[in-house]
Amino acid sequence: MSKGDPLLRVSGVAVRYGPIAAVRDVDLTVGAGEIVAIVGPNGAGKTSLLSAIAGIERPAAGTIEFAGRSLAGVVLEDIVTRGIALVPEGRHIFASLTVQENLMLGATTRGDGDAVRADMDRFFGTFPILGRRRQQPAGQLSGGEQQQLAIARALLSRPRLLMLDEPSLGLAPMMVDQAYAVLRSIRGSGVAILLVEQNAERAFALADRALVMNGGVFVLGGTPAELGAHPDFDAAYFGIGMQSEQAGR
Amino acid sequence: MIDRIIQTLVDALSVGGLYALTALGIGLIFGVMRLINFAHGELIMVTGYALLAAFALPLPLVLLFGFLAAIVLALVTERVAFRPLRNANPATLLISSFAVSFLLQKTLILFVDSRPKGIDFLPALGRQIEVVGVRLQILQLVIIAVSVVLLAALTWFLRATAVGLQMRAAAEDFRMARVLGVRANRVIAIAFALSGILAATVSCLVVAQTGIVQPRMGAQLVIIAFVGTVIGGLGSLTGAALGGFLVGAATILLQALLPPDLRVFREAFVFVAVTLVILFRPQGLIPARGLRERV
Repeated sequence: MSKGDPLLRVSGVAVRYGPIAAVRDVDLTVGAGEIVAIVGPNGAGKTSLLSAIAGIERPAAGTIEFAGRSLAGVVLEDIVTRGIALVPEGRHIFASLTVQENLMLGATTRGDGDAVRADMDRFFGTFPILGRRRQQPAGQLSGGEQQQLAIARALLSRPRLLMLDEPSLGLAPMMVDQAYAVLRSIRGSGVAILLVEQNAERAFALADRALVMNGGVFVLGGTPAELGAHPDFDAAYFGIGMQSEQAGR
Repeated sequence: MIDRIIQTLVDALSVGGLYALTALGIGLIFGVMRLINFAHGELIMVTGYALLAAFALPLPLVLLFGFLAAIVLALVTERVAFRPLRNANPATLLISSFAVSFLLQKTLILFVDSRPKGIDFLPALGRQIEVVGVRLQILQLVIIAVSVVLLAALTWFLRATAVGLQMRAAAEDFRMARVLGVRANRVIAIAFALSGILAATVSCLVVAQTGIVQPRMGAQLVIIAFVGTVIGGLGSLTGAALGGFLVGAATILLQALLPPDLRVFREAFVFVAVTLVILFRPQGLIPARGLRERV
């Protein structure tokens, strides 16, 4: 799907918390419009990798380039203006603010008020439950609706790359359906997605390409179909008898 | 009799209004920074001395000078004392605010004077007028009106402007707000500037009422107002305004209602009430929703 330079290029990135290396020398590319899933167990380093790209953590080593420009030294609040939006683990919607106010905050860096309203109306058209509850505090929404809201809020910045951290975590299966419905609705719109999930089945159903992360490195990579059929997949995911490292280049 | 009651109510409303405005200034900063800014009192103090210094100038300039002093001092303390500690824990921030408060008070005592100074500020407001047969001081009515207008203006700012929305979001989840592109430095600086405006307003009204400027004038107000923000619910601006108002109004009402020989203990009664509120509603009267859900 990607042609020429990738949209996101992560080279040799490491993230450390004191003496602990959460991410070790990771390479990753995401092409324009591509959907890439990173699966792996708890503590594999998935969230740390997203945090490094999102500007929340400063990488201890390596470079991150987005649309051909380095992200080194770019402060957290400027990442979104570069075209990267993050839906963090646990959604982090503003519970005391209304649904509409949450969405308006997603468009903080945009100056085109009319287009923002049009984007909001389009979203409310696709997800009418949220439209009906636009004046209610977001804390009153169900978990699945909150996840829809969190994704919509991220999309309102009109990102070129949407990063999601565990969008299915802590949600009942029906609620996970709701969250993934939003992701499917933007498929093919040109927005690239970098999706971190423990729920490999869900992620594979959406992704063009998938990587297995464990112990801070990618241990397997390929299309979801290839990975699903790969004899080492379970071993890689659960970290048993790992042979190869750095399979995700 | 009826004019005694109205007079007492007007007293309670005006004193409650002053404490509500002070508590709001503290609550705004706590909201965005989790900082209990005891140096808020020195913003009130600096306006008092600015009014004194500029007293010979025409009134609009005196007021401008007074407001600028508090706003500039608020921004400078944020930049110098609090920004470097932004990710420190709340106890460190609290101690830093005490340090700023003491430093400013002692600097003033060192270079100006420790004794109270008299100032005949806005003497016209000291006159009495007759409203529906009751004689009331103009200043008290002005205090009530200014409190209401400022509360309404702040509510409008927070509800209806983009920066206000960003401030409410930052108060609930600062990191997520930054992820969405909300500029931390800008939001915090605006919050400090607003707290400066609130402090300067309170200062002008207090100076007009007491006719005195002294180094501890702000600190005394801030301690009572802080108690108000706690019983109102730390982190909730409505709570801060309500709590500040209740503590101020309760003091006046007790003064009027207690038997004469118990009046000297009115603060003790207020703090018994405060203790009861904290015992039975430790989250405050109007708890902050965001804070509660973060736990």
